[in-house]
Amino acid sequence: MFVGKLKTTYLLIALLGAAYLLLITITSNSYYQLMLTLVPIWAVMGLSWNIFSGYSGLVSFGHAVFFGLGAYTTAILAAEAGLTPWLGIPIAGLAGSLAGILVGAITFRLRGHYFSLAMLAYPLALLHVFEWAGYQELSVPMRRESAAAFMQFSDQRWYAVIALVLMIFAMLISIRTERSRFGFSLLSIKQNELAAEAAGIDSFRWKLRAIAVSGALAGAAGGLYAIVLLVVTPGTVFGLQASALALIVTMFGGVGTVWGPVVGAAVLIPLSEVLHAELGSVLPGIQGVVFGAAIILVIMTMPQGIVWAVRDRFVKRARRQGVALLAAGPEPAASLHPIGEPIMTLEGVSRHFGGVRALTDVSMTVNRGEILGIIGPNGAGKTTLFNNINGLIIPDHGSIHFLGKPLQRQRPNRICALGIGRTFQVARPFPRMTLLENVTVGAYVKAASDEEAVALARGAIARLGLESQEETLASELTNYELRLMELARAIASDPVLLMLDEPFAGLASTEVASFMSLIRRLRADGVTIVIIEHTMYAMVKLVDRFVVLDHGVVIASGTPDTVVKDERVVKAYLGDKWVADAVD
Amino acid sequence: MLAALPSLETILQTIAAGLLVGSTYGLMCVALGLIFGIMRLINFAQGDFLMAGMYFASIVLTTLGLSGLIGGIPALVVAVLLAIPLFMLVGVALHWTLLGRIGRASQAMTEGELHQTQLIMTLGISLILANGALMVFGSTPVSLDTPLSTQAWVLDPFGEGEILVFLNKGRVAAAAVAVAATAGLYLLLNRTSLGRRLRAAADNPLAATYMGIDVTASHRITFGLGFALTAVAGVMVATFYPFQPYVGIDFVIVMYAGVVLGGMGSIIGSFWGGLIIGLVQQLSTLVLPTQLQGTTVFLVFLLILLVGPQGLFGRSVERA
Repeated sequence: MFVGKLKTTYLLIALLGAAYLLLITITSNSYYQLMLTLVPIWAVMGLSWNIFSGYSGLVSFGHAVFFGLGAYTTAILAAEAGLTPWLGIPIAGLAGSLAGILVGAITFRLRGHYFSLAMLAYPLALLHVFEWAGYQELSVPMRRESAAAFMQFSDQRWYAVIALVLMIFAMLISIRTERSRFGFSLLSIKQNELAAEAAGIDSFRWKLRAIAVSGALAGAAGGLYAIVLLVVTPGTVFGLQASALALIVTMFGGVGTVWGPVVGAAVLIPLSEVLHAELGSVLPGIQGVVFGAAIILVIMTMPQGIVWAVRDRFVKRARRQGVALLAAGPEPAASLHPIGEPIMTLEGVSRHFGGVRALTDVSMTVNRGEILGIIGPNGAGKTTLFNNINGLIIPDHGSIHFLGKPLQRQRPNRICALGIGRTFQVARPFPRMTLLENVTVGAYVKAASDEEAVALARGAIARLGLESQEETLASELTNYELRLMELARAIASDPVLLMLDEPFAGLASTEVASFMSLIRRLRADGVTIVIIEHTMYAMVKLVDRFVVLDHGVVIASGTPDTVVKDERVVKAYLGDKWVADAVD
Repeated sequence: MLAALPSLETILQTIAAGLLVGSTYGLMCVALGLIFGIMRLINFAQGDFLMAGMYFASIVLTTLGLSGLIGGIPALVVAVLLAIPLFMLVGVALHWTLLGRIGRASQAMTEGELHQTQLIMTLGISLILANGALMVFGSTPVSLDTPLSTQAWVLDPFGEGEILVFLNKGRVAAAAVAVAATAGLYLLLNRTSLGRRLRAAADNPLAATYMGIDVTASHRITFGLGFALTAVAGVMVATFYPFQPYVGIDFVIVMYAGVVLGGMGSIIGSFWGGLIIGLVQQLSTLVLPTQLQGTTVFLVFLLILLVGPQGLFGRSVERA
């Protein structure tokens, strides 16, 4: 799916490079030459921001921290160690990357707004540190005697060429990111981190990789910037404007696409530079006003940015047919895989939220090959139980063992990798991704390569009969299709145990019947299933065994016909009238 | 790099300065905390709102020559009283024309995306305000010459005349106005029906809508109030702090730190957060070179974020 338009993209980049090169060679005015250099530098900053914030959704207000460190690394190496920028800029990239890993490792525990605010603080803190350390104004020394070796050209156009090469390099890295499991993992984290974790995506590791790559690009851009301008001051490289510009060129052009930052920089940098040159003496703040106005304008008129707005205008998706329901065929015999030994054991699991005892001393087992139903009134702790098992919540007391291994304190993605898949009560799709892409995210945990992941995903989709919807965006799916898609995402990693949280919610009765057949088929294929559901008429037909929770306590367990007659169960949950209707 | 052990007099002097500056920070934090608490919006332009208040003070006192006409202190009172309605209107207008319109075009925006987009828009507003001020006022630092800024009250805490604590009158006045304004906001939020509506809109926008509360209008009023309170703080700070168009950045992290420390969403908690930040900042001058003062605030801010982002008065709200 990712490969289709890749050639076109490379061709476009080659064309862009050639055209830009031509533009550089025919530009003789040194002011315009500088502009031709600054556009790719800020495009690289935008690409850097996009690789991290655009794909992962964690908005960074502090990308100047990497830019500034890169600029100072290159400039200090040149001024104090006499090192050529040909080495200094790659080292700046390395410094940016290390800074990224450090910042990420410290800051990723923060989410949303808090993360953005913390990012804001890093460059501004360093700004003061560099001022205090005596680098208020650091000049790169002149080396006219061996100009080329020290990247000091009398012909300014060389800088533009170097900047162009850096930009194309950054674009290629972006494309590799965008079209691989790297990018898809980040996108899934951006759209729903909990679902991504439950589907086996190690969100921390991918975010750390993203910020390392992003920091490297920003560091290299900063290094080149220092060499081009020959003077570095803390205010210009660590200041808010540098951070803001990375974000603004990307948002203006379009977030989450390699073309966005390039288009944004190509429009905004020349515009602000020309205005600054023409009016800067009368209106000194004109550049900042242009950037501010640009970002406001884009948000008001096309919040996705220019590139996406253009794409939406010209590429229309055809409305499709819905997926067919499963005809009631012969039910597969459960006896193919007789119910076997316990594969998961919970012992004394308790979890309190403040004063609320969500789970108290829950002990239970799940046996290989069975369908186990968890029932109980609202607030009984059913979903909390699932969250404890798959690592979203850490139990206060007790132990959970799966296939002999303890699960407590494991992160959800590790638990997924061990063979536990789950769906959520409220469907948690990645809305901007196609169905196939959604399911592929669930397959990464079991796949060595991207191709294998796609193949696994296709297999899961075929098992549920969703082939016709592969290319449909998740946001356009019906509720039934969404439920199936979540199921497909959960089985794409070929789990031993599948936990379904109210899969029938909001489904019509024919859809429920179809869904039940699919669950039986999965069990016939050897998957063990634990299911939370309120639809009792369906449950008594589906499950082998019930566990009944009330106020966080297991009040009964056993086969359907014994449980529905259990007095405590009837009292707590079913109501007297129900029993007579159900068991016939 | 560490200074010698400071004398008792210096310590007392520093604590006094910390409490006074901290109270003023408190008002700024309350304004930011109000906007966050009710709108769930982190206002990036908060520092520039402060800057707007400072230049407003300079216009009223110096450009219009009011302090020459009626004396410095009455002129300052007039500036504060004028700033409230004026910047309230500006804030309402900003929300009306820009912030309140986000997300109307596309229905597909999730709440998180909406807040993020609003946050980025305030970054745009911030850039325009700061650089617009640079166009209009130039980059020359301005210091207001009021009778308050150059005079001090002298305290003799032990009555022996050996240890004297000087209280700059400008800072005392700013702290007094800050406490009064915070108290006023507290009463508005807790004792009036407008306050109840604002808080309801914050607690549960959907339920508030069903109860007939216009949530958008509540947000508009909140943004106006937030701007007005920040501008008042700006007017007062201008009496003792020289400023230029980019002065906002000096204060913006202080405000964030105070709000996060106070517990995001706890509006009055923000005041205490700001007070503590002011104290910490002043006390750090006892042991660190002044150039690193800024860095201290950033480090404290990062530390607060990493150690306890729910703050002192906040509620932990994250749910799986």
